[in-house]
Amino acid sequence: MKKKIAPILSLAFMIVLSSCGNSGNTGAVTEKAIASPAQNAAQEPAAYDPKRGEGKFDETNVKLEAPDAARAGQGKAIAQTKCFSCHKTTTEKLVGPGWKGVTERRAPHWILNFITNPDPMIDKDPQVQAQLELCLVRMPNQNLSEDEARSILEFMRQNDGAK
Amino acid sequence: MFTKINKPSLLILSLVLLSAASCKPKSAGNAVSKDAASKVYVPPGKYDEFYNFVSGGFSGQLSVYGLPSGRLLRVIPVFSVDPEKGWGYSEETKPMLNTSHGFVPWDDLHHVEMSMTDGQADGKWVFVNGNNTPRLARVDLKTFRTAEIIELPNSAGNHSSPFGTENSEYIVAGTRFSVPEDGEAGDVPISTYKENFKGHISFVSVNKETGDMNIAFQLKTPGVNFDLARSGKGKSNGWFFFSCYNSEQANTLLEVNASKRDKDFIMAVNWKKAEEYIKAGKGKKQAVKYAHNKYDEQTHTATSEIKTEVTVLDVTEFPDIVYFIPCPKSPHGCDVDPTGEYIVGSGKLAALLPVFSYDKIQKAIAEKNFEPEKYSGLPVIKYEAALYGEVQKPGLGPLHTEFDANGNAYTSFFVSSEVVKWNIKDLKVLDRQPTYYSVGHLMIPGGNTKKPFGKYLVAYNKITKDRYLPTGPELSQSAQLYDISGDKMELILDFPTIGEPHYAQAVPASLLLPKQLKIFDINANRHPYAAKGEAETKVIRRGNQIHVYITAVRSHFAPDNIEGVQLGDEVYFHVTNLEQDWDVPHGFGVKGAANGELLIMPGETLTLKWIPDRTGMFPIYCTDFCSALHQEMSGYVRVSPKGSNVPLSFSLGDKPKKAEPAVQ
Ligand SMILES: [Cu+2]
Repeated sequence: MKKKIAPILSLAFMIVLSSCGNSGNTGAVTEKAIASPAQNAAQEPAAYDPKRGEGKFDETNVKLEAPDAARAGQGKAIAQTKCFSCHKTTTEKLVGPGWKGVTERRAPHWILNFITNPDPMIDKDPQVQAQLELCLVRMPNQNLSEDEARSILEFMRQNDGAK
Repeated sequence: MFTKINKPSLLILSLVLLSAASCKPKSAGNAVSKDAASKVYVPPGKYDEFYNFVSGGFSGQLSVYGLPSGRLLRVIPVFSVDPEKGWGYSEETKPMLNTSHGFVPWDDLHHVEMSMTDGQADGKWVFVNGNNTPRLARVDLKTFRTAEIIELPNSAGNHSSPFGTENSEYIVAGTRFSVPEDGEAGDVPISTYKENFKGHISFVSVNKETGDMNIAFQLKTPGVNFDLARSGKGKSNGWFFFSCYNSEQANTLLEVNASKRDKDFIMAVNWKKAEEYIKAGKGKKQAVKYAHNKYDEQTHTATSEIKTEVTVLDVTEFPDIVYFIPCPKSPHGCDVDPTGEYIVGSGKLAALLPVFSYDKIQKAIAEKNFEPEKYSGLPVIKYEAALYGEVQKPGLGPLHTEFDANGNAYTSFFVSSEVVKWNIKDLKVLDRQPTYYSVGHLMIPGGNTKKPFGKYLVAYNKITKDRYLPTGPELSQSAQLYDISGDKMELILDFPTIGEPHYAQAVPASLLLPKQLKIFDINANRHPYAAKGEAETKVIRRGNQIHVYITAVRSHFAPDNIEGVQLGDEVYFHVTNLEQDWDVPHGFGVKGAANGELLIMPGETLTLKWIPDRTGMFPIYCTDFCSALHQEMSGYVRVSPKGSNVPLSFSLGDKPKKAEPAVQ
């Protein structure tokens, strides 16, 4: 008996559909609405380079120079406001991992990419995902400017005893 | 087995029944065309086409809906406290609700006016009125927050507002109830209405860059009731038109006594002339008292100033500012078409719609084509001399008119519950559609401007009756969306609204999207009690005040343990949200706080005042779910008896800190 119900039901639904007369009209819906930015950003190529990270920085535009104490000082001041609520300068984990040794573990452009563009990297980088499983708090995007990010990197280098 | 087969056929039957019933108007399932759903459907992840700013009536707030979906996007607190946003609860926002009468926590918001450049919405600000304790507010469309509120002296029932000139030089506010002047002058017998009661219209200037408002001057007019208004535009720029009722100047049983005359008035005001007189020093300074409140985006703090003077121009002393135009009968709306030539009056007790001509009004003034009898000493233009024509038998109880881009007008009819479309040039009725029920204002995106967008019309209804699932004696009020892109209006959506929806305005989303502020820059935070980073957190005592400089970041407060508070202390939690990421507010609550809670946006500092009423342990916690470890975002405050020797201290993790030595 069940088999017979299905066709009758679908017939009923066809009536509903045809009475709405919207089969040829669906295009109007998409025309009218504005695409949200999140939706535009949704299509991403699968290629992700864990050595480089994702963002505007790579080997070509980040070159390390001799340590710059003044800049490191600026970086520390920015970190006071935006980073030290969650990170210590030692190896100890607070909300996020300690900073000691980070410039030895990660390439400078990777660090710059991560601190200015954390969300896509948290979603894609296997090592960052492993870190998230420990911390359970996604690193917030703190809206660092490029200049602020470079100063923080300089402070991280100083913290690691760069010469 | 039998019943199983029956179900689908019942379904078909009920579909047939439904479609048959839908032909009858005035039933819950009225005639809605088949593709209505697709016209209002905005798929998940897509944005609406328009922002619709809708007055929240007796809620005192401004609501924001997306069109065409009817999704509620935000309720912007303006004239009433709002627990959802902590508006009126934090120390920083309390001054916004200050008035010359003190803190007023609830008002009645009626009308909405967008700031304009060259007669079109520019997307900078929305102005709204507080009806009960007369005020105007300016809402910033970068933050969707109330930035400024100004109280209006010499006014009572601020209904006829806010209406702006074509470059928002002025936002005007006309008093609904004429009253004697503020202060001791008000202590007169009510029976002396005709001698002592006056109407005041406030011209509030708006700074083009900052938006700052200022009562530039008031016009003192005969004692009528001002209902609504519109400024001229294009050729009629420089003029303002106000509908007035109670030209009988009655003060009791107005439903009878204010409906006696066959015609009341539209009052035409040459505001450019009035401005000249003010500049020439003709206004008189009057001692009054009114509050002017501003919210500073960098200190995250509102200030309230009581001002004591206003400049008043008595229009009876300057005969070329004001002219009355007879308008049948108890005029409500008074709307100017996109060209600026036609002024549509609507007497809510009249059986026709008069349309006045700006050119004819100017001609009548030039030729002094006036009634032999003045009204309260002011000239009355002859009805026929100002009239372009009448729309005959349009419906019952006309209220408001808006316009499309094709020379058509749309008028709401309260008594016959319908919207009527008519042509401005030939005054012929083109279409009528029922509304459900008792429609007040209607709105077409850009429908009050020089360039209406048309496309949609929204009717704002006073009554819902059978439209939605019942919710006890009080039902949700309602808005109804019509597609007006074709010859016939087509009802495509009902959606519930907050409060009683009065007027609304809408602009394309694309006008506001690029302006949205995502965070408050923590480096620009100039709050005197901000802690920009955990290194700046501290607890200090000043006499019996304890000031806690506390930060919030996913997922902890710093400090999260505080001891040494004593009974009799006033504790101020100054909470700075250290996040710099869009859409990551933190909340702050403390057990037993008699005031409320906080909701702090990224980069913002807000203060909760708490006076502990007993000794013991008081948890604090984040009230806005912020991360997977949000539950852990909490701490403790210990309260000891007065005179206790528990030292004031605070800590986070293993870092105990002594509070700074007492100051002062
Ligand atoms: Cu939180």
